[in-house]
Amino acid sequence: MTTDHPAASKRSLFSFFAQYRELALIGFILLLIVVISLQSPGFLTFTNFQDILLNISILAMIALAQGMIIITRGIDLSVASTLALVAMMVSFVLKAYPETPVILIVLLAIGLGSVLGSVNGLIITVGKVPPIIATLGTLSIYRGLVFFYSNGDWINPIDLPSGFKQLAKGTSLGLPNLVIVAIIVAIIAYIFLNYIQAGRDIYALGTNPEAAKISGIRTQQITFMVYVISGIICGLAGVMWASRYEAAQTNTALGFELQTVAAAVIGGVSMLGGIGTVPGVLLGALLLGIIQNGLTLSSISQFWQLAVQGFLILLAVISDATIQRRIRTTMTRGFAK
Amino acid sequence: MSENTLRLTNISKSFAGVHALHGVQLELHSGEVHALLGENGAGKSTLVKVITGVHQPDTGEIYLNDRRIHLADPRAAAAQGISAIYQELSIFPDLDIAENIFVGRRPTLVSGWVDWRKIYREAEQLLSSLGIRLNLKTKARHLSIAQQQMIEIARALSVNARFLIMDEPTSALTLNEVADLFLIVRRLREAGTAILFISHRLEELFEIADKVTVLRDGAYVDTRAMNGVTQEDLIRMMVGRTIKDLFPKKDVEAGEVVLRVKNLTRKGIFKDVSFELRKGEILGMAGLVGAGRTEVSQAIFGVAPADEGTIEIEGQSVHITNPGQAMQHGLALVPEDRQHHGLVLPMDITENVTLPILSRFSSRGRLIMEGARRAAYEASSRLEVRATTVWQKARELSGGNQQKVVLAKWLSTNPRILILDEPTRGIDIGTKAAVHSLMSDLAAQGIAILMISSELPEVLGMSDRILVMHEGRVTGLFSRSEATQEKIMLAATQAV
Repeated sequence: MTTDHPAASKRSLFSFFAQYRELALIGFILLLIVVISLQSPGFLTFTNFQDILLNISILAMIALAQGMIIITRGIDLSVASTLALVAMMVSFVLKAYPETPVILIVLLAIGLGSVLGSVNGLIITVGKVPPIIATLGTLSIYRGLVFFYSNGDWINPIDLPSGFKQLAKGTSLGLPNLVIVAIIVAIIAYIFLNYIQAGRDIYALGTNPEAAKISGIRTQQITFMVYVISGIICGLAGVMWASRYEAAQTNTALGFELQTVAAAVIGGVSMLGGIGTVPGVLLGALLLGIIQNGLTLSSISQFWQLAVQGFLILLAVISDATIQRRIRTTMTRGFAK
Repeated sequence: MSENTLRLTNISKSFAGVHALHGVQLELHSGEVHALLGENGAGKSTLVKVITGVHQPDTGEIYLNDRRIHLADPRAAAAQGISAIYQELSIFPDLDIAENIFVGRRPTLVSGWVDWRKIYREAEQLLSSLGIRLNLKTKARHLSIAQQQMIEIARALSVNARFLIMDEPTSALTLNEVADLFLIVRRLREAGTAILFISHRLEELFEIADKVTVLRDGAYVDTRAMNGVTQEDLIRMMVGRTIKDLFPKKDVEAGEVVLRVKNLTRKGIFKDVSFELRKGEILGMAGLVGAGRTEVSQAIFGVAPADEGTIEIEGQSVHITNPGQAMQHGLALVPEDRQHHGLVLPMDITENVTLPILSRFSSRGRLIMEGARRAAYEASSRLEVRATTVWQKARELSGGNQQKVVLAKWLSTNPRILILDEPTRGIDIGTKAAVHSLMSDLAAQGIAILMISSELPEVLGMSDRILVMHEGRVTGLFSRSEATQEKIMLAATQAV
């Protein structure tokens, strides 16, 4: 019993990357920055990086929610539809009552998001529907509601008051408000997942659901909670989206859910549950943002952006699988001692 | 610690009209290790779940120090100081050691804020009180099963468990690890913990338990002092009949060599493994867990082929790189981990049994279910699988019955060479005897059997010859007449 555990004595490159996924990502991002800046001189500038940050802020926020859900072995495919529905609804409110204070609009968006998220949570916990099916359903339903609600109309910049447009674009402390909101969300997520009881229960639930139940964790409540949190973040993201793009359309954020899953998985969140960190997910979102930006600057077609994104997901998942296998072999070999 | 008594009287529990427990009683006292014994399906697990508040009894009472208590859920049981370590470990692989101990009741600063410093401080104290030195930040995933078990014990201690239930704690441990575990169990007993200890290994119970309660078919049989009973008594109480010989290997004249393995090597796993297996022979493979026996069998069966060496089947040199080829050569492998490698748990018995021979029941790409059902029925009734119908899902069967289904599955391929990896691990004595007599029959029919087993009595009783491995090498080969426990253990623990 007093011997050191076997895996520790065999420090391989694999176990290094398994433990320090963030470092591997940072290395990859730096490499990418060097390569892209050699190709396009406009890349390595302050304004361009501010652009990248602005572009990935919404992705990062939702990817954090997505990552949290994947840690519980679930998935939320309805994030983009939730975002679009909230964006459309608050925009219509603003069009009808342009004088509404921005803060009220934000609270309304969060409220709407939490309602949509609880619907997911209820279908999954009470209805016992697997998350992927439940949220695939609400993906379509919420998107359908966008059409239903708007009658196919779009909200154009002219329909929105200028005060609202400043919500995302205005700057404080030299940073766009949207970036600041994303940073605050990330800090809260970090504290929640590392220092709050319920946040730690998310990991316990994901790494061993049966044991979590036996240990007295209220697993149903935790599951419900993560979908509500996802809804809240999507609501917030929805109002920010409407402000940033000064528009709400029926196809707002169409297909965006896949990017959030991609950022989470590239950032080291395990599809098997139980593993994932806030810095990892943020780096995953940053990596996607840099690639998109770099490819756009190099005027490379949209197709390649998608292909590169797909390639990265496969790379991340394959390396995870390899690491898992390695760990298992070192473990079983350890029993011989 | 004060004197505590947990008393259960006249406990009955039914599921869907079937009696799982019927009039069971049990008394646990501080400073006592109480063994709970019974075949699989005798009601041990249900009783444990009643004590831990997972199930509520239909009738009967539970008294703590003569005060009647109700255990509505696991939290209520935990509040009374009742804690359990389950057979399927409830470890959290991706959480570190310290957090594993406190999951579900982490100390907090203000509401909801986890007090990490307190967690690490208390975890440190708990582990050192158990005499364990481990890095608290190590993820549980990287620990051996024995170490994970220690973490669970630490977890039980952290709630000041007055009553600790250990459900088959030794089934996955090596001999050394069992010794370590017993050290801790004794320490807990001295500290005044009442321990309910469940194990199928009778020898262990004589070593560790003070009292034993036997259940049979959900009913209470008797409670005895451990030093007043013999193994034979216990077996009789469990099965309700006397098993004269647990290991009834019939003498069979060994025929020609059917499998010849020469210098088989897989780098870093095993080296220069050579042996012969004859028709009608049972060759036992002994050794400690991790000696490379399973890996050798997997190399022969093509699951993870060897790097070097040759395999001959009936004089023909063969090159097997996947299980499909192995089956064509008349090989069958019953794996150790039946839940993961032996069965498809969500499938029913028919589907499981006919999986390797599906092509027999297909006609122009369509499956003829009637034929498959009949084959499954014949195979499972031959092995006396206890199930409601052949459509019952594998996951609903008890461990022993699952093992029978796996055996039925591989026997349906009519193998000439049968590899059995820990064929009776974790199954009850009645089923064990059935598996042993089946093995004996198969050998008599001329099937060559390679049996990997970590239970010495089984190896000694069933094998015609015994091959011993240690750290990937063959360190001994004994005939049935010359083999003794001591010789095998010597070869298994140190390279000769």
